Amino acid sequence: MDLKFLEFEQPIAELEAKIDELRFVGDDPEINIGEEVARLKEKSKALTKSIFSKLSSWQIAQIARHPMRPYTADYLQLIAPDFQELHGDRMYADDPAIIGGLGRIDGRVIMFIGHQKGRDTKERVRRNYGMPKPEGYRKAQRLMRLAEKFSLPIVTFIDTPGAYPGVGAEERGQSEAIAFSLYLMAGLRTPIVNVVIGEGGSGGALAIGVGDRLLMLQYSVYSVISPEGCASILWKSAEKAEEAADAMRITAQSLNEFGLVDAVLPEPLGAAHRDPDATAEIIRNAVIKHLSDLDRLDIEQLLEQRQRRISLFGQFKDG
Amino acid sequence: MSWFEKLMPSRIKTENRTRSVPQGVWIKCPHCDAQLYRTELERNLYVCPKCDHHMRIGARQRLEYFLDEGDIEEIGAGLEPLDPLKFKDSKRYRDRLIQAQKKTGEKDALVAASGSLFGQPIVACAFEFAFMGGSMGSVVGERFQRAAKRCVETRAPLICFSASGGARMQEALFSLLQMAKTAAAIAELGKHRIPFISVLTDPTTGGVSASLAMLGDVNVAEPKALIGFAGPRVIEQTVRQTLPEGFQRSEFLLDHGAIDMIVDRRALREQIGDLLAKLAQRPQPAA
Repeated sequence: MDLKFLEFEQPIAELEAKIDELRFVGDDPEINIGEEVARLKEKSKALTKSIFSKLSSWQIAQIARHPMRPYTADYLQLIAPDFQELHGDRMYADDPAIIGGLGRIDGRVIMFIGHQKGRDTKERVRRNYGMPKPEGYRKAQRLMRLAEKFSLPIVTFIDTPGAYPGVGAEERGQSEAIAFSLYLMAGLRTPIVNVVIGEGGSGGALAIGVGDRLLMLQYSVYSVISPEGCASILWKSAEKAEEAADAMRITAQSLNEFGLVDAVLPEPLGAAHRDPDATAEIIRNAVIKHLSDLDRLDIEQLLEQRQRRISLFGQFKDG
Repeated sequence: MSWFEKLMPSRIKTENRTRSVPQGVWIKCPHCDAQLYRTELERNLYVCPKCDHHMRIGARQRLEYFLDEGDIEEIGAGLEPLDPLKFKDSKRYRDRLIQAQKKTGEKDALVAASGSLFGQPIVACAFEFAFMGGSMGSVVGERFQRAAKRCVETRAPLICFSASGGARMQEALFSLLQMAKTAAAIAELGKHRIPFISVLTDPTTGGVSASLAMLGDVNVAEPKALIGFAGPRVIEQTVRQTLPEGFQRSEFLLDHGAIDMIVDRRALREQIGDLLAKLAQRPQPAA
């Protein structure tokens, strides 16, 4: 089994393997198999299209967590190559699970803040699988205030299984760190655009996810608890994660249908990791568009609109 | 049901609206096992007279104990939960709601009311833990927001008694967003310099702890309440070690700087009344 492919993608993996084999043979000038390669490529594309047209919520969650999926730093490299990382919360530590700093898009300076996962085992451990601790949220708060002070817009990239449930995190006030981030973002005097690029996991995601616009990549997810966590509480079995993923409507598309998302950003065929450059370009254009929309508001209008937007969250009967 | 209650004809049995505390004439303290006489326990605000254990109490009882007698007006009483996701696990969310409503007599897990404390107008709200674990969904968020709005209109301070397992999973992202909504409501209070006192009671965890409950101008906790972001079981599974004695209890939070003070339930009115008087630069209220 090819690890670059998820279980439901295996038919595509087999075709791609065949194409690779033919290409190898293709080095032989005596045999012309270009036509065959082109035919198989077409077939692979059609197959990918068909598989990706009917993904379940659970399959989308797996894509959102795909080990090859681009992370915050990958996108930053592509959309803001002059990015300078700023470290530390000035109180306790520098949390590698959240990165932040300054970069330019189209000459415009932006404060970027995002969760960061690791690619290989060592890096995964260092980044704590993208699960921040209080110092991560406090670093984010510090950078947000810095952005406010110098009138720089903020763009956040959300990609975390959730805040880290550890002893030290509790001792240092995980609850307060998240709560205060929400409080701060509600009134921050600068535009904020939030982009879910992978996993939007509960309070740990929301803690850098309050702002003026919420954008989601097509195969990203966002939920109050992980499907596994929900399943083990409500179904009493983590194996029911697939059902929980469906029940919670965690995909960008369903959340968009509920009016909770401002835009779903389409991903290249076969999802972001098949073409990180194209995905970065899509994110870049969306960020530029939404920031320039927000530019039309003066700061008081912006804050009023944000306040109204947040105050309307929820569905209930008012009898 | 106790033997004594069984002997009583059903029509004279009293039906209490809040049932966090087991019914009966005699009640056993869950901490020290002492057999306690209900009337005495009620007089003692459900704090065990033998060991000072603070038992869980319902939202209405809470507000009744805290507010002055007299004009109490409920806020957002007409709000009712919906099931936008048509959520179903082993049971349908709609059925769980009906069951919780029957059990508690409440429409949802937060009760908010305007009233007074030592004659000063205040707005207070309390979580009903018996309603789906005090979980926060859209109605809880909206009631909290309306309570805060009332505070801005009348310049009254806000006091919130939390007792909640966190966000309500059955409302998925809608419930997660209530964390932002309640935090934004508190930010509005801050803008208008209106005090918000958060009282954390047993238990306050998850999304409620990580939003409104930790955002008090002053954070007060009842003794030995479980307070934390992640539940102790989740932490134990993650770090694979036994948690230290008293971990995530009020005293632990006080030691680690997360709360301002621990106050015995029987002293809450006086202590909070005086805090509010000081923040408004008024003399100490006469008890």
